[in-house]
Amino acid sequence: MTAEAASPTTGPTVPAPAGDDEPTATPSLARRTLAVFTGNRLALLGAGILVLLLAFCFLGPLLYHTDQVHTDLGAASLAPGSDGHPLGTTDLGYDMLGRLMHGGQTSLEVGLAAGLLATLFGTVYGAVAGYFGGWVDAVLMRITDAALAIPALFLLVVVAAMVTPSKPVLILVIASVAWLSPARLIRGEALALRSRDYVHAMRLMGGGGARAVFRHIVPNAVGTMIVNATFQIADAILYVAYLSFLGLSIPPPAADWGSMLSSGITYTQVGYWWLIFPPGLLIVLVVAAFNFIGDGLRDAFDVRLQKN
Amino acid sequence: MPTKPPKAPAPRTAEAAPEQGTLLHIDDLHLTIAGRGRAGEERTVHALDGVSLRLAPGEALGLVGESGSGKTMTALSVLGLLPPGARVTSGRILLEGTDLAAAPEPVLRGVRGNSVGVVFQDPLSSLNPTMTIGAQVAEPLLLHRGVGRAEAREKAEETLRMVGLPQPGERMRSYPHQLSGGMRQRVAIAMALVCEPRLLIADEPTTALDVTTQHQILELIGELRERLGMALVLVSHDLGVIARRVDRVAVMYGGKVAEQAPVRRLFTAPRHRYTRALFDALPERAAGTGRPLATIPGLPPTLVGTPAGCRFAPRCAHATEECRTQEPPRRTADEDAPDHTYACFHPAAADATEHAAEPATEHAAEPADAAPDADADGSEGPAASADAAGTGGPTGDVLLELDAVRKEYALRSGPFTRRRDRRPVSAVAGVSLTVRRGETFGIVGESGCGKSTLGRMAVGMEDPTGGAVRFDGQDVAGLDRAGLRAHRRRVQLMFQDSYASMDPRMRVGAILREPLVIQGIGDRAAQEERVRELLDEVGLPHGAVHRYPHEFSGGQRQRLGLARALALSPSLVVADEPVSALDVSVQAQILNLMRDLQREKGLSYLFISHDLAVVRYLADRVGVMYLGSLVETGPAAEVFARPLHPYTRGLLETADSAVVDEDAPREGSPLAGETPSAARPPSGCRFRTRCPLATELCATTPPEPSEPAAPGHQVSCHFPLVETARAG
Repeated sequence: MTAEAASPTTGPTVPAPAGDDEPTATPSLARRTLAVFTGNRLALLGAGILVLLLAFCFLGPLLYHTDQVHTDLGAASLAPGSDGHPLGTTDLGYDMLGRLMHGGQTSLEVGLAAGLLATLFGTVYGAVAGYFGGWVDAVLMRITDAALAIPALFLLVVVAAMVTPSKPVLILVIASVAWLSPARLIRGEALALRSRDYVHAMRLMGGGGARAVFRHIVPNAVGTMIVNATFQIADAILYVAYLSFLGLSIPPPAADWGSMLSSGITYTQVGYWWLIFPPGLLIVLVVAAFNFIGDGLRDAFDVRLQKN
Repeated sequence: MPTKPPKAPAPRTAEAAPEQGTLLHIDDLHLTIAGRGRAGEERTVHALDGVSLRLAPGEALGLVGESGSGKTMTALSVLGLLPPGARVTSGRILLEGTDLAAAPEPVLRGVRGNSVGVVFQDPLSSLNPTMTIGAQVAEPLLLHRGVGRAEAREKAEETLRMVGLPQPGERMRSYPHQLSGGMRQRVAIAMALVCEPRLLIADEPTTALDVTTQHQILELIGELRERLGMALVLVSHDLGVIARRVDRVAVMYGGKVAEQAPVRRLFTAPRHRYTRALFDALPERAAGTGRPLATIPGLPPTLVGTPAGCRFAPRCAHATEECRTQEPPRRTADEDAPDHTYACFHPAAADATEHAAEPATEHAAEPADAAPDADADGSEGPAASADAAGTGGPTGDVLLELDAVRKEYALRSGPFTRRRDRRPVSAVAGVSLTVRRGETFGIVGESGCGKSTLGRMAVGMEDPTGGAVRFDGQDVAGLDRAGLRAHRRRVQLMFQDSYASMDPRMRVGAILREPLVIQGIGDRAAQEERVRELLDEVGLPHGAVHRYPHEFSGGQRQRLGLARALALSPSLVVADEPVSALDVSVQAQILNLMRDLQREKGLSYLFISHDLAVVRYLADRVGVMYLGSLVETGPAAEVFARPLHPYTRGLLETADSAVVDEDAPREGSPLAGETPSAARPPSGCRFRTRCPLATELCATTPPEPSEPAAPGHQVSCHFPLVETARAG
């Protein structure tokens, strides 16, 4: 079934190049990417912070049991160090440390899901627009331009005001504004990639558009895509915080870092600092961690740094 | 556009030796470049290892070598312009007695552009796009001479006039992008010369330029050197460029000077085995003889660490145990030539006539007398030997037929943008040609002549805007989707840059399998078997399938490119400049491979190149393109020996050959001027603006193809060079 002009395995007398081709597989690109990434201290720090925060939010409640459903006004606004409440309690008597874990789950889940969804949708959208070009590109891109012209926060507030927020709603709402920037980014990448010789070569073999987009364009844009995803996640976590801060969060007793910050602000005058700084600090930490990881990945995907 | 006509080349030989004294003395220079290896370990490249050179005032020295030989590093070290990580570890660079290797930065700054001028390869990147030409040329004067602005401008204009820039006064206000490549290089030369340096360093000054422009620039450099009495270091990978323009040549290999001699001696009686092998690998040597090219097996050394013995030993057919363990000392060729030195234990025989008779590698060359000189003076040598080659040549039926194909590029209007008043660029204007089964059809022409566009249309990557492409008698434009998909199996393209044509995120196994997967040929096991077969055919180990394209050298990638093109067993391969990015020794390997595979499989090639020698070596028939039209076609030997079109003749006379024949001075006038824009092609014959024979008729009527001399040798010219050719 192989092609008809296949010659016997003894090829023509070609002077074999004296290369250093031992028949061993060289490390895969993924492994090399990881090697560059782990060489970047700041990126490792970011990854470390992220792992700690995930453990804190998802494993913490297993070890540190608190009641995050029922209010206890008798124990409201206790200062840190009070009996059984290392970080004090909120104005409604929830344990602050437990609430941070509980709220972090919402923030991280919504942030991660919205960021990834936005990146995936944006990547495919942008790759299709960039590869096919012409009318397809013009129409798809004018849609994103129009959407970008509306301030994101305004759009979020309107949507969140119309429907009762829940985790899936928040994810969809945030993703619906966040996909625009990866779409534009990947479209630019696809425009450059589609005129690469390897895409021409594939077309000359008889390959079509789907193969070009999913086998060549998207894999070669994967670096841009992943780097962008980390920034998208950081942004999405901030969006959750914005919305919650504006009072458009998932209704209590659910919590997230943004709404905790928002309710804490009321007590600044009275000096209840433990209601403000811990959630604020965690938001800063998680956003910084994702940004460090993003920077590290950007370097790691730069093939020039992988070459030797 | 009126340009200064280049003077006839003045033969410069060693006898015209400059006065005594030394301008530049590089003494035992060692240079290392620090870098990192795959595992991040320290890796030091010994780029220069004991280089010693001497240059007298007014003397011209050529530095030749393949990539990585250290020639550019030697030249740049004089100016202290070294890449990051590079360090002179020992040795001296004495310029008029000052040691530049030890000199502090301020001293070097006083030297650069002042007593030493430099011209780089790419004039576009060495000029600042945001500064006017005038300001850039005047800049060195303001920096070094402390003259006033008005005076600097005046001197800049004078220098621009000297380098042959038309209307220098007006051009002073132009920006680099408004000039052609050749004009930009003239400006770069003016910048280097405005302070009247004692030494000019030209690093591959014409590599980015076309043949005719290259000739003009090299003539200009030679002429200015004589007029200003400055010394010249001309760095080039191209032996042809060096051949006629320097007094002495130093051949570099692996960070060392392998051989040094007066130019004529080096070209007629090289002693070092590397130099000789390099000459034997030139396509000029085997063109029209039907013999395979002599090749140098393997790759140049990586220069990590300091290997014992001769650097060339691993690739040398004459290497012995002695060569591999001991460093060959520098020797003098013989008593009467003290300036001819080489470092080789087993030098080639000194007798010039014996040259090329010795087998350089396993491809034994036959006696040298058969090697034709590349000057197209119509000696019977090439024709006769090519006839011999023609016996095994093509007599098959027509495989590919291009029938008056045209391609115009309109500047595209998008759905939301409109571009008006833009003329379409006429890239290909009615080209007809046929490629027969088993034949190699070579297309030569300068950049922008439409040869690549023609190739892309032949392979079906672009659709012609007029005319028809027929394959096996079938019009390709009339094929439906399925038919086109099946057609893809029959024609494949070999890219100029194989690296760019392979997905960097795929392993070689997946890259070679992709055509089979797309065409649905065989199951996975059968496809993998076919991939191994292909690797055998192009001489690469099976282990290559696990590697990524960037792990291969240029020549190996070109082998991979050829393997992929052959994966579908096509009957025609369109090869667009497949060897132009390769070193001479590797180029010979690829050309031989293409030729071997053609014989074995009965392939046809449409071979596109700007390099006359390469086309002459490989092609059975050639077509010469100029500004979108095919001006001449015919059997290769016939066209090269008796060109009928003034352009072909000009091209042949202009091409710099590495085969030096001092007894046959060049005749005729090399092509002057530059190719006009394809957006505004001249009326009538497109070549008329540069043609010495043009008349009123040429401006009004486009010439029709005719066969005035020999059957099958077509020319599109009102005044073909029939008599001249016979007389010559």
